[in-house]
Amino acid sequence: MARAFRPCVLTANDLFDGDVVYLAPDGAWTRRPGGARLFEDEAEANRSLAAAEAQEDVIVGPYLAAAAPGGRQGPEPVHVREVLRAAGPSNYCHGKQAGS
Amino acid sequence: MYRYDSFDREFVRNRVAQFRQQVERRIDGSLTEEEFKPLRLMNGLYLQLHAYMLRVAIPYGTLDSRQMRQLARIAERWDKGYGHFTTRQNVQFNWPRLKDVPDILDALADVEMHAIQTSGNCVRNVTADHFAGAAADEIADPRPTAELLRQWSTDHPEFAFLPRKFKIAVSGSPVDRAVTRAHDIGIRIVRNGAGEIGYEVSVGGGLGRTPVIGTVIRDFLPEGDLLPYVESILQVYNAIGRRDNKFKARIKITVGEHGIEAFRQRVEERFRIQRRAFEGADRARFEDIRTMFAAPAYIEAPTGAFDAALARDPAFRSFVDTNLHPHRNPDYAIVTVSLKAHGATPGDATAEQMRVIADLAERYGHDEIRISHEQNCILPHVHRRDVPAVHAALREANLATANVGLASDIIACPGMDYCNLATARSIPIAQGIATRVKERGDERQVGDLKIKISGCVNACGHHHVGHIGILGLDRAGAENYQITLGGDGTETAALGERTGPGFASDDVVPAVDRLIDTYLELRSDEDEAFLATYRRVGMQPFKAALYPDAALATGG
Repeated sequence: MARAFRPCVLTANDLFDGDVVYLAPDGAWTRRPGGARLFEDEAEANRSLAAAEAQEDVIVGPYLAAAAPGGRQGPEPVHVREVLRAAGPSNYCHGKQAGS
Repeated sequence: MYRYDSFDREFVRNRVAQFRQQVERRIDGSLTEEEFKPLRLMNGLYLQLHAYMLRVAIPYGTLDSRQMRQLARIAERWDKGYGHFTTRQNVQFNWPRLKDVPDILDALADVEMHAIQTSGNCVRNVTADHFAGAAADEIADPRPTAELLRQWSTDHPEFAFLPRKFKIAVSGSPVDRAVTRAHDIGIRIVRNGAGEIGYEVSVGGGLGRTPVIGTVIRDFLPEGDLLPYVESILQVYNAIGRRDNKFKARIKITVGEHGIEAFRQRVEERFRIQRRAFEGADRARFEDIRTMFAAPAYIEAPTGAFDAALARDPAFRSFVDTNLHPHRNPDYAIVTVSLKAHGATPGDATAEQMRVIADLAERYGHDEIRISHEQNCILPHVHRRDVPAVHAALREANLATANVGLASDIIACPGMDYCNLATARSIPIAQGIATRVKERGDERQVGDLKIKISGCVNACGHHHVGHIGILGLDRAGAENYQITLGGDGTETAALGERTGPGFASDDVVPAVDRLIDTYLELRSDEDEAFLATYRRVGMQPFKAALYPDAALATGG
């Protein structure tokens, strides 16, 4: 049985410094997890993923990651891996969290 | 130590120049990621969770002060001010930018270092006993053997695309400090009945998702036959190793599927041919290499300052108890610098700490430094009179933690804090255990206890051979940790046995706490170490302590 679609964001790593990036509603790539576009339609998500795969001049390894709508801060990651990608490593304050 | 010749220098510089062009072509769009990825991996450049990661080889864990200072400079100039020393005697920089990597590689080449073959399906950095050239119990220094293997395997055209990665470790003492039996090929220097030095060669060891303790394929290989014999093993593996399934491609699976006897027979057949093909250049090269690993010019001086400090300073006594090991020169000591301050990230050193270690090596340690697979730094040659000064300087730099071999001297892989393959975090678990151990205040009473943590089945944290092994897994999006007991990475190598169901991340530290309590209750006396107690009493009492509700339910 196919897995049920869950709301998600489109994420990748920046080509130049590897930083975690998210596709924003305006089609640009943002480094702010809360600035990500939340996809609630599977076909739309897959179309955007296919388009992202053609953008390897700026990003590497795009994929869809489950996310919750969140509040005013924007979408929130669901899986612990994505929580860490959104925040930075938990041993030091030197990833994304250092800049927020 | 070994110094590059003109061939090494040219080879490394050419690779940097080549990679610089490849990076430029990736950035200007001439290379796709699919084309670029194998090229960057050949040069040790990974893309991890948050950034690129550059893995730099430290051949057989040996460095000098100039190289360590260069690592510090790289950490400050192109990274975030620290480096991470790994279980493969490598150092990893977690935050380089793609365009800077060629400059970093040039800076490494300036001090005869590189990142070649730290990834990919090739022969990786050859590791060795971290006390090599210094240990009191050493038969012979394993580093000339490791260096010969490094030269032979570097850019070896026949072995650039093996079925899977290939790891070789060399030990020169009866005590195996290099975990040789958990390597694709493990080499132990031994003496035969006639007093000749040779090698015991094991094959097909490895951890990962299918852990196997290596099997001895030759119990005595004459020293001069090393390269033709190792090449024969690689040729057989290259020919019959599986390429249809990544998870069955390591040599341990090849040996398991064919059986050690059939595998040995194929190797010996190949060896008869290979031995004739090597015409003595390898042996001549080995002799040249060996001269470069001559013992330092030891100082002759009284050791009174050491004895006085020992009588006067309890902190120094503690440090000596755990962080010093016997040197082959009785006036000297091997000093281990713990990179495991309680609550710190195992294996991390700041640029400033690297400089302190470099300065101490230069001033007091005949300019030699080692990195251990246990993620610590070692000053292998310190005259005993200088140990108090070394200790004082280490204290200033927060590097004098007296815990080597104790419960807080934990191996932990980077885990899901950094690693793209990880299924759970390792570092916070190590930090939590070490902090708890410090709170307990009985670490020295507990004694020898090796806790090893991996954040996925690939087992970079060597959890299978930890006295207490911890494996982090993903259970429906949450971190969950399995515990194994009774693993051993030494000459009495054994794989740990799983205790039962896994633990949520918050429950791991209390679980380890109960294991330590149980050991203290059960040990026959203070000299019986955790592993010995486990071997004597077995799993059951530890299991009962870990799962008290299950024990009640079964009346156990």
